[in-house]
Amino acid sequence: MAFDSSKIEEFSDIWVFCEQRDGAIMGTDIELISEGRKLADERGARLIGLLLGGKGIGEKAHELGGYGADKIIVVEDERLEVYNTDAYTKVICDIIMDKKPEVFLVGASNIGRDLGPRVAARLHTGLCADCTHLDIAMEPYTDFLREASTIDVDHVTFDMSDTNMKMTRPAFGGHLMATIICPRFRPCMATVRPGVLKKAPFDETKAKAVEVERVAAVLNDSDIRTKVLEVVKESRKMVDLIGAEVIVSVGNGISKDPKKGIALAEELAKALGNGVVGASRAVTDAGWLTADHQVGQTGKTVRPKIYVALGISGAIQHKAGMQDSEMIIAVNTNEDAPIFEVADYGLVGDLFEIVPLMIEDISKL
Amino acid sequence: MKAFVCVKQVPDTSGKVAVNDNGTLDRASMATITNPDDLAAVEAALKLKDECGCEVIVVSMGPPPAESMLRECLAMGADSAVLISGREFGGSDTFATSQIIAGGLSNLGIGEEDVIFCGRQAIDGDTAQVGPQIAEKLNLPQVTYAAEIHKQGKTLKVRRLLEDGYMTIEVQTPCLITCVKELNQPRYMTVSGILHCYEKPYQVLDYDALKDEPLIDPSTIGLKGSPTNIFRSFTPPQKGAGRMLTGSGEQMVSELVTNLAKKHII
Repeated sequence: MAFDSSKIEEFSDIWVFCEQRDGAIMGTDIELISEGRKLADERGARLIGLLLGGKGIGEKAHELGGYGADKIIVVEDERLEVYNTDAYTKVICDIIMDKKPEVFLVGASNIGRDLGPRVAARLHTGLCADCTHLDIAMEPYTDFLREASTIDVDHVTFDMSDTNMKMTRPAFGGHLMATIICPRFRPCMATVRPGVLKKAPFDETKAKAVEVERVAAVLNDSDIRTKVLEVVKESRKMVDLIGAEVIVSVGNGISKDPKKGIALAEELAKALGNGVVGASRAVTDAGWLTADHQVGQTGKTVRPKIYVALGISGAIQHKAGMQDSEMIIAVNTNEDAPIFEVADYGLVGDLFEIVPLMIEDISKL
Repeated sequence: MKAFVCVKQVPDTSGKVAVNDNGTLDRASMATITNPDDLAAVEAALKLKDECGCEVIVVSMGPPPAESMLRECLAMGADSAVLISGREFGGSDTFATSQIIAGGLSNLGIGEEDVIFCGRQAIDGDTAQVGPQIAEKLNLPQVTYAAEIHKQGKTLKVRRLLEDGYMTIEVQTPCLITCVKELNQPRYMTVSGILHCYEKPYQVLDYDALKDEPLIDPSTIGLKGSPTNIFRSFTPPQKGAGRMLTGSGEQMVSELVTNLAKKHII
């Protein structure tokens, strides 16, 4: 029977694509499984992970179960060991056409953003890119609007029976938010920005209880039109801004002694709790720190528990990348610096004097 | 061989971003630019032309003013330009957009040795979806996030960026490549390029010109053919201004640290 994405009543269950690299589960998988659990409960559906990889990848199924998956569909095949657009698209679409999930979530990594659009186009369904918030039931959605929008929720009539997945994403550097739905086709697909969804705690009982279904890949050599010649990990360790709970960023204010400014930021980040150092564009452009440190519209979007901006004026592009941090502390010599508009605590002063005092006071706690 | 380049004219979001009262982008009041990643795609195609003398065709979907951007690409060295434009195409999401552009490219004819270049993503939507979806609809292999491209005959060797490194991928033509800014430094328009850009072939493909293409089906293009719809758009609340601490450096820091500790943040 031919697959028809418009017969939406035939589709059920929440699915998550579980990306692996080198046989290891990615952090985004855990975020997606945790979020998927919430959505599955709202919908009264099962949460199923789809795990593709080389020999032995099935052993990771229990780890995913521990974060809330009811079942993991495992496809082990040496041709799936390393990501390949054609092979992954074929295998995933075959399984989706057979089992018909209502929702399919993919992490918005460089791989997820290669795979997601290809799968959506083949299935003839909608895909919302780089989502930062997901709901199915209307109640949590209106609660979300109450908190995250200027909409006067109590004076707007909503169809509370709507069960389309509501996929919210920022547009234009966070100036606007848009909630997207895919009402006529299934599965409803979203790629989800890494680092924004909360991870659930690991549960050993759930890990043991997870159901594992093995499916064989149906692949011909002619299905795969690209050849991966090598996969190279950069030997230099990249800074993990996305996963960090504490980020201390430096801006042009360190220019009189960049080395010392960065050293102070590192020390403060350590004092605040295993933090990492971020940077404004001025700093990466000047070559004082490498581009992987850059926070902002062209850099990374971060939401740490604590964000400290040292000597950063706060251009709109920088603010777009950090304004959703839970606690923002800004130190700048210019009291009119725009960074103070988004700061919870503002300190006017020279970072070279203020930061050592901060480190000292924190160490006394 | 031909190198097609898909380009998009976008509002310059690095400058002032203007938003209408109803929450949509006030495009009219903003300057437009060629999408930065797309310029890298244009340069990649022009490099190929330098190396092997291929024909470079820039293709855009958009309203008539996108002509100015296409003329700039011609002034950089592209050989001809095609604008896919029509009311029937308006309101398309990424699925419908790729359907239309794929229909336009099929209409132009993709040969055995041809390459389609796209930018990785546009700065107004940031979806990175249209490139891969065009490839799927044309049943072509794709390589995204290209940061280095070498072509030898029908084989391309591409360095594809990952968050923690890269992959080297080999692919045969015809294929679609999406390019990141880091791929190259786009060349400037030349004086003679500017002088002659209005003499180069420029073609508009509207709905009537494309309606016999199998991909151009009213149920899969435009607002009606788009699988996704906007449920609601809204502006986030302005974050309340925080507290400016006062006093000497010691006093400010002491108040800060005391408050953070009280709130169990540290």
